[in-house]
Amino acid sequence: MSASQPLPTLEITALEKRFGETQVLRSIDLKVANGELVFVIGPSGSGKSTMLRCCNRLEEPTSGAIHVNGKPMLGITRRDLDRMRLQVGMVFQGFFLYPHLSVLKNVTLAQRKALKRPAAEADARALEMLDKVGLKHKANAMPGELSGGQQQRVAIARALALDPKVMLFDEPTSALDPELVGSVLKVMRDLREGGMTMIVVSHEMQFAREAADRVVFMDGGVIVEQGIPDEIFGNPKSERLRAFLSRVSGEAA
Amino acid sequence: MDTIINAFFNIDIMRQAAPLLLKGAWVTLQLCAVVIILGISGGLALGLLASSKNAAVRLPAFVFIDVFRAIPPLILLILIYAGLPFIGIRVPPFVAVCIAFLLNNSAYFAEIFRSGIKSVARGQTEAARATGLSPAQTQAYVILPQAVRNVLPDLLSNVVEIVKLTSIASVVSLTELLYSANMARAVTYNSSPLVMAALMYLVVLWPLVRVISRFQRGLSISS
Amino acid sequence: MDFGNVFLNPEIIATYMPQMVRAVWVTIWISVLVVISGLALGAFLAGLRAYQKRWLAWPIVLFADLMRALPPLVLMLILFFGLPSLGVILSDWFVLYLVLTLVLAAFVEEIFWATLTSLPRGQWEAGAATGLSFNQVLVNVIFPQAVRTNIPQLVNRSLTISKMTAYGSVIGVKEIVSVAGSAQAFSGSATPLTMAAIAYLIIFFPAMLLSRYVENRFHYDH
Ligand SMILES: Nc1ncnc2c1ncn2[C@@H]1O[C@H](COP(=O)(O)OP(=O)(O)OP(=O)(O)O)[C@@H](O)[C@H]1O
Ligand SMILES: [Mg+2]
Repeated sequence: MSASQPLPTLEITALEKRFGETQVLRSIDLKVANGELVFVIGPSGSGKSTMLRCCNRLEEPTSGAIHVNGKPMLGITRRDLDRMRLQVGMVFQGFFLYPHLSVLKNVTLAQRKALKRPAAEADARALEMLDKVGLKHKANAMPGELSGGQQQRVAIARALALDPKVMLFDEPTSALDPELVGSVLKVMRDLREGGMTMIVVSHEMQFAREAADRVVFMDGGVIVEQGIPDEIFGNPKSERLRAFLSRVSGEAA
Repeated sequence: MDTIINAFFNIDIMRQAAPLLLKGAWVTLQLCAVVIILGISGGLALGLLASSKNAAVRLPAFVFIDVFRAIPPLILLILIYAGLPFIGIRVPPFVAVCIAFLLNNSAYFAEIFRSGIKSVARGQTEAARATGLSPAQTQAYVILPQAVRNVLPDLLSNVVEIVKLTSIASVVSLTELLYSANMARAVTYNSSPLVMAALMYLVVLWPLVRVISRFQRGLSISS
Repeated sequence: MDFGNVFLNPEIIATYMPQMVRAVWVTIWISVLVVISGLALGAFLAGLRAYQKRWLAWPIVLFADLMRALPPLVLMLILFFGLPSLGVILSDWFVLYLVLTLVLAAFVEEIFWATLTSLPRGQWEAGAATGLSFNQVLVNVIFPQAVRTNIPQLVNRSLTISKMTAYGSVIGVKEIVSVAGSAQAFSGSATPLTMAAIAYLIIFFPAMLLSRYVENRFHYDH
């Protein structure tokens, strides 16, 4: 491996996924460099979520390979998988905070149990991350007392506290009221500026234009087209992407 | 292995005991029919009282329910069967069981009906009244049907509990299934008749227990 | 003949009070033991079943079905009278304890299992995605939520089972009913039976109120 070609932080190679008869992903290849923000768009059912979920094996790939910092995610023991998952943070559309635990405990649980951090260190780290997402003052609240936007920011802090190498966002703002979307996007923008490697599946095209290094367009389980935001939005090459973009902008207008 | 089969699954003894057990099973069946009907009727009445807006009606109903849920049906049964003769009232075992079960089962059914009625949205009453239905019609045609549907699993599991509970009638020498089986055990010095009785309960109750579990089934876990 | 003297004769009450108090203790400690071990065993079985291994799941389901479908009294008689012919002799209270524990465990297993399967998938996934092992998710994320949603059901089941300690009288456990029964036969008065009923009221009436409180406090709409 030459020095001029640094190791990708996340590398997806020839990824296939079938659910029974239906082929959802066919031969996906994607390399995400350190500090890069890759933005994924595509019509509903095109396999965006499935691709993300394969990256930390919430979904079991049918074939192919996933590497994080050069280390394989597939063909490893359960224990090693649990350890590898610490390097891959994930944020869900539905937040999925633990409703029985306080905000602080939500953020410390995996630090204590999976990373085996001492309590004091985990608390300190959690408060630091909550501060980063602007919710330090809610550390002792229960998730049910927070707005959707606040819950999602706690979920981001929960993932960040484990020092992941890459963060996966699956439509993080789709379940939010419009006025709460901004606060979550701001946190994501800060993250990117801090150099975090990210894959974001979302319909927030404005965010893509401003913050993405690369936009990937998926349709029918394949990557149809990819490029810098200006190219993808300003000069789409494939017919399918053009159709998709006009549909999306039609909805937005 | 042979000892186990001999002690619990002795076919010869089961064959001998079968006529007695079938007679017992028939009594159990009749008993179930009577006490379930009594329990549901009493429970429905009591549940409606306990759902009343009027505290003077509601509170006594609650006290009744909680008292008879607190006292084990077995002691209630013995008190009625062995206690009443002391004041000159002698009741046959079947009647004693029916009285005890009426008191106990009504309380349990009442709790179920009450929570069912509570689960029906308030707006339903208002909507029904607004269309000119009387309070009684509102209960009968609008509230209760929904209430019953909401608590169907609970009603079914209570029926299963009652069928199992009829086995305590053996204590007051009612010749139902368990009494007959225990009698056969005492005569043959062998537990196979008890196992046979268990199998007879299973034939009826196992399917019901399965249905109850189905009711509660959610989505499946991801691993 | 007057009603009070038959059912609440002061002399008889005084005579049998010490025995009755002892019987109340027997009832209480057997109940407590049963509830503790039944809850623990039921939760453990539901946890095992969550591994979704067929060879683990079906014996658990079979066990839960049998224990829920069979009258506890039948089980007790089979164990009490049947096991000695295999050379296994269990004391009366242990048979009572064992059967009630197994029955409670079966119901508790079903209660927990229904919740484990109905919690949002995302709760499992959020745990797994943060590197928690399956066991850790089960213990730290899923079970605490299952306990919470089911507190009213668990309380009610535990109370129902506790009252079944009365069945001990059939195999000679010196609990409330059996003491009252022999006292009634011995004294020729109905008063011991009334004492038994009152003893249960004293123990379980507050428990019924507690369960109502718990139900309101942890009310979940379905
Ligand atoms: N567990 C599953 N079993 C069967 N089919 C599935 C499963 N999960 C997803 N699919 C199918 O896979 C396809 C891709 O789903 P996926 O959720 O990845 O799409 P998506 O691009 O994220 O869509 P959306 O924008 O609606 O979130 C869909 O056709 C979906 O029906
Ligand atoms: Mg999706």
